[in-house]
Amino acid sequence: MSITYLEAIREAQAKALADDPRVFIYGQDVGAFGGAFKATKNLAQQFPGRVLDAPISEDAIIGAAIGAAIHGMRPIIEMQFADFSAPGFNQIVNQAATLFWRTQVPCPITIRLPSGGTSGAGPFHSQSLESLYAHFPGLIVMTPATVEDAYSMLLEAVAIDDPVIFCEHKRLYYHLKAPALPTEAMPVGKARIHRPGRDLTIVAYSAMLHDALAAAEELAGEGAEIEVVDLRTIKPLDTDTIMASVARTGRLLCVGESFPWGGVTAEVVARVATEGFALLDAPPQRLNAKDTPIPFHPKLWLGHRPTAESVCAAARNLLQM
Amino acid sequence: MLQTVERCGSHNVASSFPELYVKAFGLMLLSRVLDDKMAAFYRAGKIQGGVFLGRGQEALSVSVGLALRPGDVFAPLIRDGAGRLAFGEPVLDAVRTHLGSALGPMRGRDGNVHRGRPKEGMLAMISHLGAMISVVNGALLAHRFQQLNGLVGAASIGDGGTSTGSFHEGLNQAAVEHLPLVLVVANNQYAYSTPNQRQFACRDLADKAAGYGLTARHADGTDLEDCLRVLAAAVEDARAGGGPQMVVARLLRLCGHGEHDDAHYIDPQLKQSAIGRDCLAVAQERLLREGWADANAIRALRLNAAREVDEAVATVQREPPPDPYTEDWCALSSRHLSEGLQNPAFSAPPCH
Repeated sequence: MSITYLEAIREAQAKALADDPRVFIYGQDVGAFGGAFKATKNLAQQFPGRVLDAPISEDAIIGAAIGAAIHGMRPIIEMQFADFSAPGFNQIVNQAATLFWRTQVPCPITIRLPSGGTSGAGPFHSQSLESLYAHFPGLIVMTPATVEDAYSMLLEAVAIDDPVIFCEHKRLYYHLKAPALPTEAMPVGKARIHRPGRDLTIVAYSAMLHDALAAAEELAGEGAEIEVVDLRTIKPLDTDTIMASVARTGRLLCVGESFPWGGVTAEVVARVATEGFALLDAPPQRLNAKDTPIPFHPKLWLGHRPTAESVCAAARNLLQM
Repeated sequence: MLQTVERCGSHNVASSFPELYVKAFGLMLLSRVLDDKMAAFYRAGKIQGGVFLGRGQEALSVSVGLALRPGDVFAPLIRDGAGRLAFGEPVLDAVRTHLGSALGPMRGRDGNVHRGRPKEGMLAMISHLGAMISVVNGALLAHRFQQLNGLVGAASIGDGGTSTGSFHEGLNQAAVEHLPLVLVVANNQYAYSTPNQRQFACRDLADKAAGYGLTARHADGTDLEDCLRVLAAAVEDARAGGGPQMVVARLLRLCGHGEHDDAHYIDPQLKQSAIGRDCLAVAQERLLREGWADANAIRALRLNAAREVDEAVATVQREPPPDPYTEDWCALSSRHLSEGLQNPAFSAPPCH
């Protein structure tokens, strides 16, 4: 018996619907069809009237979630692809993110963003937008990398009184498996040391965790002990765990799948450089996708994003500095 | 919002139409006096940011507010001072937000027309036009989930706002869900400086309703009686389960976009036309003509309005401004997850 990352997301939504009458799901094709990725499979049948198909209106979908949240509901929104949150951007960053600060009325909405690249998906079905949303005050941004986190963090997202951008990685949907759903979870906002080591810290999140782990395994064969930190949430960012790891290893490589200008990896490097400069034995490094739109062809796509191989090469280089 | 109960929906208990008319006129007058005071403060340099008036739109706006009841939802826009008062917003909320009092509903964090009390049904508009429509829809969806029947939501928009994608998405969403939304379009002929002919190409904004499976009502925005009757009918139909309603009112903005704007671009012929009439003057004339109020009664209303505004201003001028040293700089309700409180680099004390 095993459960996939995608099934964990479905199960978390089923539990949220079952446990809390304030929860409802709203998004394109999420109803009887069960969602483009089947993340809401059978939920409309299981919870009649609480899983609603939406018109192709991302702005109005988010706006309605905000209005419902103000009036006591806890909506879960599925954006069909993270990329399509762009037309809903205004409602997310200007309406949802500012509501509590402006009015003292919380905005408990969860926005699920099927994120990241998959083979052949191209420029408009591959984006990772976590850095963009993390930039705005008033949002929490989660990037689960494991089946267990996908389940427990989605439940936490629904329980939190603030807007949560839940970035679930499509590349993990079907292939990542766990023996069972978790019965306990780490607190939101805490990073996890996924693999301990003492020579170099790789900070990663979402699907990049698995490329980082593969690189660490490869480098173990060369005698290097790589510590891999999974950020879990990128906002809030668990600076303490990162700093403690860098204090042990003296070397930092931060890996992200999103575009290279600014973003999570730049933030991590900036924090370590400003607060932990003396801990470093070598210049902190970062690895991101290339500064172009995401290519369609699998061969180009492999060259666009960080992979276990490019993480390995960057880490090897850093170990020699 | 203590005054909500007192003011809101009072027309429902008004024994007669003249009584409702007088009530509406009093609120229009109060709104005009309040606007004039805020404009004077702006000119005196006593207001940070902009001041946006409802001059010329009071008849339409007050009719929206008076048609609503406690429990309904209202998303006013920048020229809805009268509708806000009719829905129950205290004068103090308006003055405190304009003058930036720490004691106001926005506590200096947002200003002027960007105020509200969302839990009490009064949404606090963001600047992006059309964005409030779907938020009202969401509130109405919540009411449906909670089996709160007979409640409606009203959203205001202007001629310019009808060009936004949010307007289209919001109205379509309301139609698909058959929500009791009343969308009130104030066609005041100009979106900032842009005239109707550069804003839309349909003959009449009401024609847009057909695209959403709705029929729109027209209202003469300069005529209080017409506005009261049309809005009451639209709200009643929405309340009775008739789905979304759209009202398009023709009128003219009798001021600049904001008080920084001298509105020199407004066509003088429009000012002389029927839609250029001042709805407040027209309503006053009607009151006198019908004998629903005499000159003394109107003078008393005006004095009362001036006193209420002056008292609010005097109160607010003694109130503290927000203090950056005691401001908590936390954008999240879940304080333990706030970066601002955790990261020293994000919460450095303000400079002197």
